[in-house]
Amino acid sequence: MELLADIFLVTGCAFIAIGSLGLLRMPDVYNRLQAGTKAATLGAMALLLGIGLHHPDWWPKLLVIAGFVLFTNPVGSSTIARAARITGIKPWSVDQKGGDA
Amino acid sequence: MILPALHLLAVLLLAVAIGFSFIRLILGPTAPDRVVAADTLAVITTAGLAGLATVFDNPIYLDVALVYGTLAFVGTVAIARAIEGNKR
Repeated sequence: MELLADIFLVTGCAFIAIGSLGLLRMPDVYNRLQAGTKAATLGAMALLLGIGLHHPDWWPKLLVIAGFVLFTNPVGSSTIARAARITGIKPWSVDQKGGDA
Repeated sequence: MILPALHLLAVLLLAVAIGFSFIRLILGPTAPDRVVAADTLAVITTAGLAGLATVFDNPIYLDVALVYGTLAFVGTVAIARAIEGNKR
């Protein structure tokens, strides 16, 4: 059980790191939003699951935190995307960058 | 305290994620880029506070994580609405 919890912990942290790498590497606000928010949410879920397997008596608070992250993260990301759209940032396309797809 | 090897790997990956997000936060060409980086940093910090509860074996950090997540969400939405309010 301890090994399973540690595997979940490392998987969650790896997903968060990959999401942040996407945040650094993607060419556009919308792509960065996609990479950063979704991968980080999945990583946080896996990490909270690993913590819950470590300490079974912490389940209620961990469930509250997980539900809160699952509820607020899409709302925040859609608000940011709406702000970027209204500000007038064009979505990235191939011909903007000289054809290096 | 001495952490086990897998926990050390997890902490290292979280540190790498925080570093990448900070680079985007400093580098980001437009304001929404920086807001995206700050939002990702808030998620990383919430998860990291929950991990800190495991490291210190003290469930009070879970309450801290919940309150931090609430305040970061309010801040993100407020900054996003302020950015979009500039143009209308």
